[in-house]
Amino acid sequence: MPRPGFVLEVDRSTPPILFWRGENFSLEKLPAGRSRVIYPPEPIAAIADIDGAIRNALLNPIDQDPLPALLFPGMKLTIAFDDVSLPLPKMQRPDVRQRVIEAVLDLAAEAGVDDVHIISALALHRRMTEAELRHAVGDRVYDAFAPRGLLYQHDAEDPDNLAFLGTTPHGEEVEINKRAAESDLLVYVNINLVAMDGGWKSTATGLSSYRSLRHHHNPETMTHSRSFMDQHRSELHKSNWRMGKVLLDSGVKVFQIETTLNTDTFPAPFGFLSKREWEWSPRDRMTYLATTKALNRTPARMARNIFHSIEAPHQMTSIQAGEVEAVHRITTEHVYRQQLVEVKGQTDILTMGIPYISPYNVHSILNPILVQVMAMGYYFNMYRGMPLVREGGVIIMTHPCRPEFNPVHHPSYIDFFEQVLADTTDPHVMSQKWERQYAEDEWYKHLYRTGYAYHGVHPFYMWYWGTHGMKHCSRVIVVGGDPKTVRRLGFVPASTMDDALEIASDVVGRTPTITHIHTPPLMVADVS
Amino acid sequence: MIASSLRGRRIGVTGATGFVGTALVERLLRSVPDCEVVVLVRPGRRTSAVERVRREIVKNNAFDRLRREWGTDFDSRIENRLRVVAGDVGTDGLGLSPDDRALFASCDTVIHSAASVAFDSPLDSAVEINLLGPTRIAQVLNEVGPSADGTLPHLVAVSTCYVAGNRRGNAPEELVSQGPFDIGLSWKAEVASARRLRGDTEAASRTPERLADFRAQARRELGAAGAPALAEKTEQCREKWVKDQLVAAGRSRAASVGWPDAYAFTKALGEQALHESKGSVPVSIVRPSIIESAVAEPAPGWIRGFRMAEPVIISYARGLLKEFPGVPEGTIDVIPVDIVVAAIIAVAALGPERAPAITQVASGSTNPLKYRTLVDNVRDWFTDHPIYDSHGQPIVVPDWNFPGRGRVQKQLTRAQTLVERAERTLQALPLRGTQAAWSARLEDRRGDIERALEYVELYGLYTECEAIYQVDNLLAIDALLDADDRRDFCLDPLVVDWPEYISTIHLPSIVQHARVKTTPGRTIVDRHDRLRKQVLDPSRHVAAFDLENTLIASNVVESYSWLATRRLNTPERVRYVLRTLREAPGLLSMDRKDRADFLRYFYRRYEDAPVEQIDADATELLAQLIMTKSFPAGLRRVREHRALGHRTVLITGALSFAVEGLRPLFDEIVAADMTVRADGTYSGELAKVPPTGETRAQVLADYCRAEGFRLEECVAYADSTSDLPLLEAVGFPVAVNPETRLAAIARKRGWLVENWDKAQGAPKRLLPIGPLVSEREQKRFSTRPGRIGTGR
Repeated sequence: MPRPGFVLEVDRSTPPILFWRGENFSLEKLPAGRSRVIYPPEPIAAIADIDGAIRNALLNPIDQDPLPALLFPGMKLTIAFDDVSLPLPKMQRPDVRQRVIEAVLDLAAEAGVDDVHIISALALHRRMTEAELRHAVGDRVYDAFAPRGLLYQHDAEDPDNLAFLGTTPHGEEVEINKRAAESDLLVYVNINLVAMDGGWKSTATGLSSYRSLRHHHNPETMTHSRSFMDQHRSELHKSNWRMGKVLLDSGVKVFQIETTLNTDTFPAPFGFLSKREWEWSPRDRMTYLATTKALNRTPARMARNIFHSIEAPHQMTSIQAGEVEAVHRITTEHVYRQQLVEVKGQTDILTMGIPYISPYNVHSILNPILVQVMAMGYYFNMYRGMPLVREGGVIIMTHPCRPEFNPVHHPSYIDFFEQVLADTTDPHVMSQKWERQYAEDEWYKHLYRTGYAYHGVHPFYMWYWGTHGMKHCSRVIVVGGDPKTVRRLGFVPASTMDDALEIASDVVGRTPTITHIHTPPLMVADVS
Repeated sequence: MIASSLRGRRIGVTGATGFVGTALVERLLRSVPDCEVVVLVRPGRRTSAVERVRREIVKNNAFDRLRREWGTDFDSRIENRLRVVAGDVGTDGLGLSPDDRALFASCDTVIHSAASVAFDSPLDSAVEINLLGPTRIAQVLNEVGPSADGTLPHLVAVSTCYVAGNRRGNAPEELVSQGPFDIGLSWKAEVASARRLRGDTEAASRTPERLADFRAQARRELGAAGAPALAEKTEQCREKWVKDQLVAAGRSRAASVGWPDAYAFTKALGEQALHESKGSVPVSIVRPSIIESAVAEPAPGWIRGFRMAEPVIISYARGLLKEFPGVPEGTIDVIPVDIVVAAIIAVAALGPERAPAITQVASGSTNPLKYRTLVDNVRDWFTDHPIYDSHGQPIVVPDWNFPGRGRVQKQLTRAQTLVERAERTLQALPLRGTQAAWSARLEDRRGDIERALEYVELYGLYTECEAIYQVDNLLAIDALLDADDRRDFCLDPLVVDWPEYISTIHLPSIVQHARVKTTPGRTIVDRHDRLRKQVLDPSRHVAAFDLENTLIASNVVESYSWLATRRLNTPERVRYVLRTLREAPGLLSMDRKDRADFLRYFYRRYEDAPVEQIDADATELLAQLIMTKSFPAGLRRVREHRALGHRTVLITGALSFAVEGLRPLFDEIVAADMTVRADGTYSGELAKVPPTGETRAQVLADYCRAEGFRLEECVAYADSTSDLPLLEAVGFPVAVNPETRLAAIARKRGWLVENWDKAQGAPKRLLPIGPLVSEREQKRFSTRPGRIGTGR
């Protein structure tokens, strides 16, 4: 029986706590008597018969006819799937998407459907490489579809392959992939890693274009999403749901398949990363020591390669298919079942260790802007109810925060860092002054469409993600970060945790309360 | 007395654009009412004599006072009283038109102050101007003959105290040729030999060995910059060599007969020549010592041009000259310019009958300035008012120990050798960007040392000179003056209080003149920003970019290797890498010799490559090779130019399909085009000459002509001296990550230098080979014919 999440009150006997620092980690001693550490629940058990569960979900969907009933010869069938940003880390083969797509294709073959397109729903993310596609959908599907041009990636800058479907009552334009819109059935294969994923966000965001996205990916929406992990209080989700209505009204028929995974994040050698420090065995301690010592001597480039080659043992805990909203309600419950931790009251200082990975740097570098989105966009928003840190409080994170960028994946991020952030860190100002120029830049479009680059506007979205967090906190401190880079982000550099607490003291006083979120594995704090 | 005796006179002045000349013209116009001034000025290469007078004399700040006093009348009064004749004291007959000749000869007094005052002028030009100048003027005046009242103009020739030569003790106001130390030189023989020397040196500079030397030197400096650029540089080297030879000849000839330098030597012979050939023209000679900034007129501290002491003082203040030879108790004979001007005007006013034949204007005998006083005052002043270096740090001035000249020279020579050696070593290394800037800095340092050495050689003699110039005649003139004259034309050296003069008048003035940094704070950044602003001005037309090492850190060999190995299996790859490594040295040396030949030879390898496959792979090439090796700041700059409405042009020797991925960045891509065979494979031969070296300048010029743009409004970005023709052709050249030689050139010419780097964190590959494609893919391709990279 896996243990639920747990809030540890730090006392004098509490050992130092593990903090991620990019491609490394450290142990930090938190002040006794006023600190607490939130541990995520342990991984819940996965479904034993995964393929059986998949088939069962397809045949017994929620609020919709069974999939075979929706398939008929001569129909246009489109299968869209979540891109490389999910799950994190990538899962050990076979990927859930491969299993689900194979099951859907089997049913389609049985029904005599021969016009099938498989589309990676990457919105404005980078295109996936061949290896990544093969990992997600499996070699069998890839070899059968890709060479014939039937497995491809959504192109949000291809005007010929986008369909405008109308506007919501709020004036939000809805434009999605033309093939998906014009199919007799759109099957969406999702992996719901966090509560934010899935629902109408799969189709209305994953298959859409800048024209559509700008209505909810903007500083105003982000300020009013409290948090993204709580869809009932998230403006982002409300907008997506409104767009979903437009999709339905214009006749797009969606068969949504959502899956959830447990938080079995790291394979055996890295098991100590998910363990509670006082339960570390001598072996864990040795592994920790050996790993950090070795990583200290490893060039960042090589350390990155090591970490990005990690394939997580996480596995499916639920699958539900059918009508989008009904399916998503159940999915969210499953996500919460795995990730929710009850926490009493807010804190003065929220501490977090930023790991090497985010949804936007698979096989790549967690550049400074992504460090920001991890801290202020994701970790800050991992709450339900109210933020873990009180208004006017301080966030302290640990990350080397080097000015390193992957020029293939993040070309517009480099310019965003050098040009936009040098000018302003205010999301509202930059959205007025700079966003359009980056969004419409021909060169970025070219790289997005032909290379493996995130869209020109993507770094702006990353920055908007943190709007609420940045406004909510009075100071953000990065321990161990490259000072120049940290300052460029509008944050404060500190060399040690003690220094950071000292720097925070003029905002929160000499004896602030401190809360550390011990993640990954992922969790959502239910703050009351 | 002075003003009244010169009233209504016509006074001719030569050398009016010089230091003394400008002050003289101003003072005559201001303090001698109603006199008319006729200036003889040499027309410039592009400007007329009248224009030169306007720009170089009337606009000089010496006239600020007059402009204030005359107010709105200034222009008309100048017009009425200042007349200009075009002429040249360096040519026989002064090169005057008949009218000008008549006007010039109609002067009542002619003051000859034109001279080649540079201490390092070539012997022949010093001879033509300093030695023959006065004689030529006397000759013209004689030829035209006396005026209606039967008098010839009074010629007042400005010479120098230093005609006395290297000697200790009193130097009286008499002709050297009539003094006890005359060695009986013939000025005519000196003129003839100086002219012959010019011819001989010109001839010697054209021997095959010398020309080969110059060519090698040009190549060392420019690298493979193309034939036209090399030719120009070679000719410059030759001209410089000739000049250096003649300068050295002047210095050694002067030293051999007892003068500190060619200036004093030719001036001394000039006096002698004038004496012998003046005919019936009455002549007075005025000999100032070292002329420095004005003590009072037209304004305290007024100075024009960089004189003798200023470069030394500024070099000292910049910490460049750590030692300077000289005898601490020796006398530095300095005289403010306004005293000299007053003396000249007084001599002119006295007229040929009353004026002494020779008047020395010097301070040494009545009010000596000791070398130690000068040095102490200078040091104290710069300690209180330091100059700042380019990092905004104050420069601490060193203490001088008054060492002998030999020791200082030896120190400097040693430093010079050391720096030269280091420089040569650095140049031989394949450095770029910031590292290359070391070498440029070293070159600056070498320049500094060379200059210091020159100062020490030239001026050291003057600081060691212990002659005392007698001023009896000057004092006699002073005795004749009335109170008004003493007020308006003070010529007594005693009025100067040296410490005060140095610290409140002279130093502030020259520091202001030298445009050195007198406030803390950085300047490099300012300059950089200013240049960048010019480059990114909306009024520019075209921005031309080189590719390799300017926008991406890659080259044609890498892109070929990537394309060639993309579809090879592992053993084939190993064979490919080994073969390429074996060939590398040969390819490298071929590239250095001639880029175009190298490209043609190398591109043969694409022979038989299927067009379709290469085109498909070229898209991946962009993502996997070009983007990883790109300089993000460079690509951003291209787009900044586009956003400003400039046309962007890529000029590269790379093959057009290899740069196809960059198409959206540029309005025009000029690359090497390979011909395609009927069977859909590449021929390995280029359609036309690849755009390298001087061809690039031509390509851009053609583009501009076709599109109606002007090259002066173009910006060009390049990284190596082989692009020099392109950089020189445009108005706004930018050196990107310059290699050593280009870094030096860019620094010298004040070009914008950008150091762009790959994105930190960009993937690094040891070998530029394509990543393995999956086994299935390999099978798919290995069955097809015509793969590149495996053959031969």
